[in-house]
Amino acid sequence: MKSKNQEKSLANILTNTQTNIGTSERVVSAVGGGALLTYGLKRGDTLGVMLSILGGGLALRGATGHCQVYDALGIDSNDKSTNPKSPFDNSWVSGKIHVTKAVTINKSPAELYQFWRNFENLPKFMSHLESVTVTGEKTSFWKAKAPLGTTVEWNAEITSEQENQRIGWKSVEGSDIPNSGVVEFNPTSTRGTEVRVLLTYESPAGELGAIIAKLFGEEPSQQVYGDLYRFKSLMESGEIITVEGQTSGREPQAKKASA
Amino acid sequence: MKAVCWMGKEDVQVLNVPDPKILNERDAIIKITRTAICGSDLHLYNGYIPTMMEGDILGHEFMGEVVETGSEVSNLKQGDKVVVPFTIACGNCFFCQHEMYSVCDNSNPKPEGQETAYGFAGSGLFGFSHLMGGFAGGQAEYARVPFADVGPIKVPDSIEDEKVLFLSDIFPTGFMAAENCNIQEGDTVAIWGAGPVGQFATKSAFMLGAEKVVLIDHYQDRLDFAKANNENVETINFDDTEVHDKLKDLTGGRGPDSCIDAVGLESHGTTPDAILDRVKAAVFLATDRPHALRQAIFCVRKGGTVSIPGAYGGFMDKFPIGAAFNKGLTFKMGQTHMQKYMPKLLSAIEEGKIDPSFVISHRLNLSEAPMGYDKFNTEKNDWRKIVLMP
Repeated sequence: MKSKNQEKSLANILTNTQTNIGTSERVVSAVGGGALLTYGLKRGDTLGVMLSILGGGLALRGATGHCQVYDALGIDSNDKSTNPKSPFDNSWVSGKIHVTKAVTINKSPAELYQFWRNFENLPKFMSHLESVTVTGEKTSFWKAKAPLGTTVEWNAEITSEQENQRIGWKSVEGSDIPNSGVVEFNPTSTRGTEVRVLLTYESPAGELGAIIAKLFGEEPSQQVYGDLYRFKSLMESGEIITVEGQTSGREPQAKKASA
Repeated sequence: MKAVCWMGKEDVQVLNVPDPKILNERDAIIKITRTAICGSDLHLYNGYIPTMMEGDILGHEFMGEVVETGSEVSNLKQGDKVVVPFTIACGNCFFCQHEMYSVCDNSNPKPEGQETAYGFAGSGLFGFSHLMGGFAGGQAEYARVPFADVGPIKVPDSIEDEKVLFLSDIFPTGFMAAENCNIQEGDTVAIWGAGPVGQFATKSAFMLGAEKVVLIDHYQDRLDFAKANNENVETINFDDTEVHDKLKDLTGGRGPDSCIDAVGLESHGTTPDAILDRVKAAVFLATDRPHALRQAIFCVRKGGTVSIPGAYGGFMDKFPIGAAFNKGLTFKMGQTHMQKYMPKLLSAIEEGKIDPSFVISHRLNLSEAPMGYDKFNTEKNDWRKIVLMP
């Protein structure tokens, strides 16, 4: 027996006028999709073909305001009733992403808390942060790298804190990328401190944006894990191990040595 | 500087590359005076280890002179003579503090690969693929050594390089393999692989009190070499002798108390399982060829220990779990926890208990490395251990 979805023809897709994508997400989708389509066609390789197909699909969903993927997943980002009181309610973004990760660090909660509490330290291990400037006792100004060489910035405030145990923060209203975070420092009997982070943010282009980000290697959960791991290395060993900038036979100056 | 670079399967070349530089404050730069080709380098040479990139600098057995240190390295100074361990370790994490240096948490800058393949990532290793961190190796004129305040061990200027060079890997590796056997009075230890690690495991097993050591291989010259260097060693050439029967015969029917697999993932053999492994590896149905390991599990006595210093990277078929379970075996394995063993083995050398240079068969200039790799790979009887001189 054929399922209902399988019976949908291309004509149906193109003529389906039922909108299940928010307005701003439609714009991002159409523009981003078009760019991806062009980039993919320019590449001309297998990845390029895949990207251009994805881009074409995005542009289509932007133009029609209807997303087949959302259909299949039962998501409707245009439906205000499902999430009426979002703290990050903002007309041009949709799709909230939660990431939670934990790492155990061979240091005391106090040492870790003190380092994190000075938010200006965060760019030392959070690879997407360009800078954080502390602007007041509870407030700070954040600058982050975004895909395609752009930057985003926002102001954040500390919403809760318990010394050596927990810090919570949240971007102030009207931010480009509304986001919030909580970090907890839980001591163990003999293994150091369990550090647990919960980040919530709203991604442009909704959940599909997160899927695209994944294609470019910027999948949020991997990114947060990488950041936490670097935090651990920095706190335990005093530095973050690297091979960036080391020599190899791939350097442009490399050439065969005469025997 | 000149460096030995991996350019593809069975293709190494000596290239002129930029000199290494300090990248972190716990780094040091070493001017290399002696380096060596390891049996495990042949796994890279033969294309068994994934994530090698064209241009990677090879080599994880090296020593030399400190020429530069980062600001956080206070225990070394210019001119110090040091031997560098092949495992890179921070010294601060849970694992380092429990002397499990080869599974250090903070020394692999690319942990994702091993986390995907193995669940968690081990330490970074010099010159041993990007799965192990992608660090440039020491078959070169200079090398950058991360966490130089924890890794390199200072050696007196008065000791010849060749006596201490193998503290960088194969001596501690052979020693840990024997220590993992928890040798008791009266024990017989059987060792598969009469290469350099097998030779050091033999010496170490005797140092740790083994009554009898049986070395198994099919390179007769390597077996004869062990006989010439150890008074009580027995040898089995598996080309003309059935190993299990012979081991039972040598132990009055009991079987060896512990077995060491010093061969690793490119095990040779002529039995059906070994031939099938070879076919499967060739068509990518399996990655490792564990014939020696299976035989070790089969031959070891009940309640015995199987110790594995030979390197494995992927998956094996037909693991004899029934034999392992029903005989109640203990398995010990892993990359060597180098920093744990180097000081005491340096003392053993200084006290004259052992001169590791016995294992060297050839000395070549660094520029002759491509020929050295080829000979080491194809003429195993004669080419036992190659030292390179930059």
